[in-house]
Amino acid sequence: MSEEKVTCIIVGAGVAGSAAAITLAKAGIEVLVLERGEVPGCKNLFGGVLYTTILDKLVPDWMESAPLERYVTRKRFSIMGKDGEIALDFKTKRYESHPKRNFSFTVLRAKFDAWLAEQAEKAGAQVFPGMMVSELIIKNNRVVGVKTEPGGDELYADVVISAEGVHSYLTLQAGLRKSEFDPDHMVTAAKEVIQLDENVLADRFQLEGNEGVAFAYFGDGLFGMFGAGFIYTNKNTLSIGTGVTIGEMIRNKKNPNEILEHFKNHPAIRPYIRGGETIEYSAHMIPEYGYNHLPKLYMDGFLVTGDAAGLVNSSHHQEGTNLAMASGVFAAETVIEAVKRNDFTSNTLKLYLEKLENSFVLKDLKKYRHMTSFFNENPHFLRDYPDLMMELFGDYFELSEKPKEEIEKEIYKKLKRRIPLWTMATDAWKVKKALF
Amino acid sequence: MGLLKTIEEKLGLLKYKFDRESHISIEQESFKQDPTQAILYVCPAKVYTKNEEDGSCIVNYENCVECGTCRIAAPQHVRWFYPKGGMGVNYRQG
Repeated sequence: MSEEKVTCIIVGAGVAGSAAAITLAKAGIEVLVLERGEVPGCKNLFGGVLYTTILDKLVPDWMESAPLERYVTRKRFSIMGKDGEIALDFKTKRYESHPKRNFSFTVLRAKFDAWLAEQAEKAGAQVFPGMMVSELIIKNNRVVGVKTEPGGDELYADVVISAEGVHSYLTLQAGLRKSEFDPDHMVTAAKEVIQLDENVLADRFQLEGNEGVAFAYFGDGLFGMFGAGFIYTNKNTLSIGTGVTIGEMIRNKKNPNEILEHFKNHPAIRPYIRGGETIEYSAHMIPEYGYNHLPKLYMDGFLVTGDAAGLVNSSHHQEGTNLAMASGVFAAETVIEAVKRNDFTSNTLKLYLEKLENSFVLKDLKKYRHMTSFFNENPHFLRDYPDLMMELFGDYFELSEKPKEEIEKEIYKKLKRRIPLWTMATDAWKVKKALF
Repeated sequence: MGLLKTIEEKLGLLKYKFDRESHISIEQESFKQDPTQAILYVCPAKVYTKNEEDGSCIVNYENCVECGTCRIAAPQHVRWFYPKGGMGVNYRQG
């Protein structure tokens, strides 16, 4: 395939790459997708909930053919102490008659991404799995193509879209990010898929029909480190995992599997997985550097999307796939405009950044731009507060013959002794600034 | 099989396509001088172990699940790049 030139090369057949490919192919633009995995999806991993608003526009009949597991009707946020948890639990029948409208579906990425890449092929894109892009070909500060391995072939294009994923070597090579990532900005998640009898699973999580849950955990289940644990229900499996920043793991000398095992053995988690069978183990990095540390997202002949661009909302909303797909669509729309103008320089490609800035993608990233540094600078939040809260709740609910008024006074006194009022007030303000 | 605990057991579930060439290399002198040697414990797939005789790092690249944690933890001595196209780990669930 040497010396060929196409209009657009997309690096990576994850959700960003395939979203871009579908959009371009539908517009009749010649597009080639290069995927390093043996089949699309086989390198890909997330928690998982797929947020489907973008998919709804790309593949209108997705509900009929996409490999969906369950639609999320129950969300739960839990603060874990050493011997228990305090949780906020939200459960709704709001979408019972129209599950599609809640736009939150659990999926398994090896299956889903393979399906999405098929939709790109059906739309007219050429998808080549088993081809790893080793570097960009850059001439006069303009990206003109890519080199692939094995084989060392050179492929040329008017524009290259990187949907390379979290490693983002191409972004680095292009000089759009200057240096290697900060360990405190990168999370490594370890995950297991655990099989359970479908009825047992439905009973344990109070599910009817295709309903599913998204549970998020903070605090002691992660050894009090900066990160989160999760449980998502699939049809007859659970996706369960833990993600902690690499900086935290280095400082606390922890291994991702050790954290996952600690989480699985926590009394709040153990009963959910009892009798289950581990059918897959996996690990993946999540870019959580956020708005303040984004790379530059375009240059002449080049656009960067999805995880490669750091487009992850790592707040309690934990969104990524929808940002990735939106960025893929915006990149493709920008290329469509570039084809019209026959201009693939930054003059036209800067439209991509405008589209991102005018959408939820960069608006949400901007809103949560203080979050990562907040938790890095205030480790006591996840390390000390959960156990204190557990203790105070325990005191409050413990039955005795002490009058309630006395109990309340003691709890208030204990709280003030452990955290001075001034600290509590400034901490509350910091949380508001970081998250709300 | 039930619920698995150790990394070794869990890696046993994975499908890989092995390359004869390693996609990882280590700057041994830099590794030996690193007081933390974090790659020995942050890797989720136990790719890195220490040769107790000479203090060098042994790289079991066949275990690698391609997360990249090692190169973020120790960019000064880990050279990690993707396995060749079609090689490496093959998730069935994801």
